[in-house]
Amino acid sequence: MAKIEGPPAESPVTAASIPAIGHGFRLQWEKAQNAHVLLYAEGMVTLNGSAGAILSQCDGRKSAAEIAAELQHTYNQPDLGDDVLAFLRIAIDNKWVQLQ
Amino acid sequence: MNATVNAVNTDPEPAVAPPFWLLAELTYRCPLHCPFCYNPVNFAAIKAELSTDDWIRVLREARELGSVQCGFSGGEPLGRDDLEILIREAHALGYYTNLLTSGVGLTEKRIAEFKRGGLDHIQLSFQDTTKQTNDFLSSTKTFDLKRKAAELIHKYDFEMVMNCVVHRLNIDHIDKIIEFALEIGAGYLELANAQYYSWALMNVDQLLPTREQVQRAEEVTQQYRERIGNRMRLLFVVPDYYETRPKRCVNGWGTTLFAVTPDGTAVPCHTARMLPGLKFPNVREMSVRDIWYHSEGFNHFRGTRWMQEPCRSCDERFSCLGGCRCQAYMLTRDVNAADPVCDKSPHHAVVTDMVARANQPRDPDAPRKPLVFRGAEESLAHGHDA
Repeated sequence: MAKIEGPPAESPVTAASIPAIGHGFRLQWEKAQNAHVLLYAEGMVTLNGSAGAILSQCDGRKSAAEIAAELQHTYNQPDLGDDVLAFLRIAIDNKWVQLQ
Repeated sequence: MNATVNAVNTDPEPAVAPPFWLLAELTYRCPLHCPFCYNPVNFAAIKAELSTDDWIRVLREARELGSVQCGFSGGEPLGRDDLEILIREAHALGYYTNLLTSGVGLTEKRIAEFKRGGLDHIQLSFQDTTKQTNDFLSSTKTFDLKRKAAELIHKYDFEMVMNCVVHRLNIDHIDKIIEFALEIGAGYLELANAQYYSWALMNVDQLLPTREQVQRAEEVTQQYRERIGNRMRLLFVVPDYYETRPKRCVNGWGTTLFAVTPDGTAVPCHTARMLPGLKFPNVREMSVRDIWYHSEGFNHFRGTRWMQEPCRSCDERFSCLGGCRCQAYMLTRDVNAADPVCDKSPHHAVVTDMVARANQPRDPDAPRKPLVFRGAEESLAHGHDA
């Protein structure tokens, strides 16, 4: 019988959380891909524009709210807070990001 | 309707992306004597290692092409005393740097320097350090050495990743291997059945496990997965010979891997230099770019246009790409043959015969063909017939 699994644990990320690039991952701009990429042991994730923009701000100092504010300013966008949190949840599940 | 097979293969030319992986096989020197080593059997005759400057040039050129992963292996890469310099250079160029080592020769001084130089990742292989393969799991020397290496790897904050080559003589103790990996705090354990090339092929009758052994080992691995959850990830790689469809050669010939052997010969897969009739260029004489895009050695088996039947008209040809060229050559003596692991290959019986031999009951008292351990002397003795 198939194992029944509960819903995934809620990621505890909030506007005050301080994200940093996960242990064992490296973020960099790759000319060949014309994109930000995340490198890890034997692999690479090619990031789309917004994922690259958010992860570039995950420096272990700024909070999620500050990152959203920074991106709103840079890209002249209305409130990005929810988008940033939604992406960070995915990033934490994939271990691309860890909270300080 | 024309009943003859079209003589011209009309499959499209493959688009060539940059090499994702640069594998720097720094040396064939190794303190170990593994009977499943994939280094060429004649390694002892290959002497002239690339210089530090040569390697730095290779690192730069491959990075310019777009390589992002760099692996330092061998042989035992710790045998090169310029490893610190090469790691630092590779990191500065923007590679994710991987060290593939047995841990023999890993000192605190060296690992501290690797960390400072920006090494990202260490894969510790787990195997015997002596010639006593049969009882290597009871050899305290092996365990002590790996424990020490593991302590250093933890202390310098690398993720602990272990790789263990599995074969007939250790597969029944897979639980002990898993327990040991847990004990030393590995986050990931790869239990990879030996692939039968080079030294392993010479020893295939002694190393190929029975079907029952493989099934049991898979079951044990699965039980551990359920028990330990996320504490350690477990990967179990089934021996090729128990499959009926071949694997792609290194994700596709000339698609992913650019390997440079200790003397500078560049190859699209670890073992390709055994293939006759193909000229593989040397990085001393040709740039990485020219080798990757323009050399015969890298272009010849790219895509599907080189294929003959049964591959040529097979509807699965784009997924397996004909399988492994070395395996085809080793087992059929035809570099263009279908990988005989495939049950559509007319040579598939070569594989099933080996499997049948492995599964025959063996008299424990009957004299056994001794294992051939990798070593310089053995290399010179067997190099010509490999």
